Amino acid sequence: MTQVNTFRGGPDERGHFGLFGGRYVAETLMPMILELEKAYNAAKADPAFTSEYDDYLKHYVGRPSPLFYAQRLTEHLGGAKIYFKRDELNHTGSHKINNCLGQILVARRMGKKRIIAETGAGQHGVAAATVCALFGLPCVVYMGSKDIERQAPNVFRMKLLGAEVVAVESGSKSLKDAMNEALRDWVATVEETFYIIGTAAGPHPYPAMVRDFQSIIGRETREQIMEAEGRLPDTLVACIGGGSNALGLFHPFLDDTAVAIHGVEAAGLGLDTDKHAASLTGGRPGVLHGNRTYLLQTDDGQIQEAHSISAGLDYPGIGPEHSWLHDIGRVKYVSATDKAALEAFQLCSRLEGIIPALEPAHALAHVIEIAPDLPKDHILVLNMCGRGDKDIFTVADHLKVTL
Amino acid sequence: MSGAGRIERRFAALKAEGRGALVTFVTAGDPDHETSRALLAGLPGAGADIVELGMPFSDPMADGPAIQKASLRALAAGASLARTLELARAFRDSDSDTPLVLMGYFNPIYSYGAEGFVRDAAAAGVDGMIVVDLPPEEDDELRPAAEAAGLSFVRLATPTSDAGRLPTILRSASGFIYYVSILGITGTRSAGEDTVRDAVARLRAGTDLPLVVGFGIKTPEQAGAISRIADGAVIGSAIVDRITAGLDAKGRPDASMVADVLGFVSELADGVRGRG
Repeated sequence: MTQVNTFRGGPDERGHFGLFGGRYVAETLMPMILELEKAYNAAKADPAFTSEYDDYLKHYVGRPSPLFYAQRLTEHLGGAKIYFKRDELNHTGSHKINNCLGQILVARRMGKKRIIAETGAGQHGVAAATVCALFGLPCVVYMGSKDIERQAPNVFRMKLLGAEVVAVESGSKSLKDAMNEALRDWVATVEETFYIIGTAAGPHPYPAMVRDFQSIIGRETREQIMEAEGRLPDTLVACIGGGSNALGLFHPFLDDTAVAIHGVEAAGLGLDTDKHAASLTGGRPGVLHGNRTYLLQTDDGQIQEAHSISAGLDYPGIGPEHSWLHDIGRVKYVSATDKAALEAFQLCSRLEGIIPALEPAHALAHVIEIAPDLPKDHILVLNMCGRGDKDIFTVADHLKVTL
Repeated sequence: MSGAGRIERRFAALKAEGRGALVTFVTAGDPDHETSRALLAGLPGAGADIVELGMPFSDPMADGPAIQKASLRALAAGASLARTLELARAFRDSDSDTPLVLMGYFNPIYSYGAEGFVRDAAAAGVDGMIVVDLPPEEDDELRPAAEAAGLSFVRLATPTSDAGRLPTILRSASGFIYYVSILGITGTRSAGEDTVRDAVARLRAGTDLPLVVGFGIKTPEQAGAISRIADGAVIGSAIVDRITAGLDAKGRPDASMVADVLGFVSELADGVRGRG
């Protein structure tokens, strides 16, 4: 592992995490990006902003989310003591609300009158539509037409919340293309529009800002595990698409080098196929959507389509801070296939009475793989970042069940 | 002749002629390599003063549907950055005077290797480049190498480029300035002449570089009007639309497509020459 004074100091003043991050956007957006950076820094330093944010987290989102000892899963696997950080219990059913709430408060400070967002699984779209309803702002959500098909319940939820859902037909018709369309909207409407990016990616300051808003997950976990066990955990595990839930859990622990940290990418049909979404394992550094990071791409630098059973992980890139943590070796990045995630999804439902989203089911699949070989006093925390209600149709389809 | 020389010489000649430049954009390899080569070879004869050649990219975030589809057509037909440079070289073999500027996104260049790209582009007879998603804050891997090789680094200025931002843009630009006349993506809305006139005056106060204006210019009349306000008018999507119109259901060009597209370019050229 590379020796640095702190793993929590990034990004630098230009928004770089080592080689990664930055501000690779069209010139039209640059003044807005620079203004956002100033507005976010001012908000962060303003106790009134923090107290408003904390108040909504407590009374609207329902934080703190519990840290739950998954006793039956622990016994079933026969090794590490497994805890779930239960962000699936948040209002709207995932960690995405932590970030949306923070960003819409920044948008209000900047006087923006319209919100746009991209979404893959629909969890971020729902969270964005929710905070827009809460604050009475119009909301347009860009969503790949392929994802609209496989996430119908979330599409309906967004519409109920008053958002306009725009079907994106270009490219692979999933998350990357939804982000392209959101950026195209933003270039045309930048003066009145705030773009709520859903993951810890995009041009600086988004990766840092989203991470900061999600770090509530890790800060609560520290306190809760100290209360439950009197010490820090041995291992943290979280799934990674763009990687915001993972960074939220990981970031407060990065300097506790005794804590092993595992990020789980989606291996789709397998890393030996071209149908996966594992940017770190199967990609190389490139520039897309405003930042430099690991990307799935051809030899010619054309972005490749990702594949995962989970729409939320179906993205050919990853947040730039993960790329940096990967290169310096602080976080170990592994992957789980569609098949393993499906099995974990079912096992967790039966053993714990918790139907996980397909995204954290990937993290769970990794836990199922490593926990049996770990000692019983090994404390492992998994980020249960979303609930699986939205996924029951996809899962039924894979299990050949007609609903 | 170095790239900067060819661009400077062309604008100087147009100034002497008393008119602005017709800058035409097509995507390299659209709809296929050979047709693209024929189109490029015909552009100067049809009246293009400067040729912009799009480097196809899978995710062209600043482009509207017409140029997005052109990129995807080219990629489906086997386009790559190396093949784009082959087209540039073929163009230069057929025309030694018309400036050729590559336009696109950073990732294919980064993937090719910035140093190698600059070297190969200069050797192919390219005169400059426009890299849409590489603002001054991130250009240290490419701009110094490009300028050292004699390639102009053309920058985009936009309606959001206020007094605080403009010096940063102009400081890092060479060749000419491309003013994006609307908020938005290519091939959508058009800016009014008065708006463009105000913007051009604002830019002129900050730079001696030639100013061309693009986005939303679709007709010979618009091209003529804008080229009289600025030092040139860029037409992209409207030309690409003519290419699209000349494709059959399988995406193959019909027999008259190249002639039709070049005919449209001639009409645009008449517009900037006041012959419309």
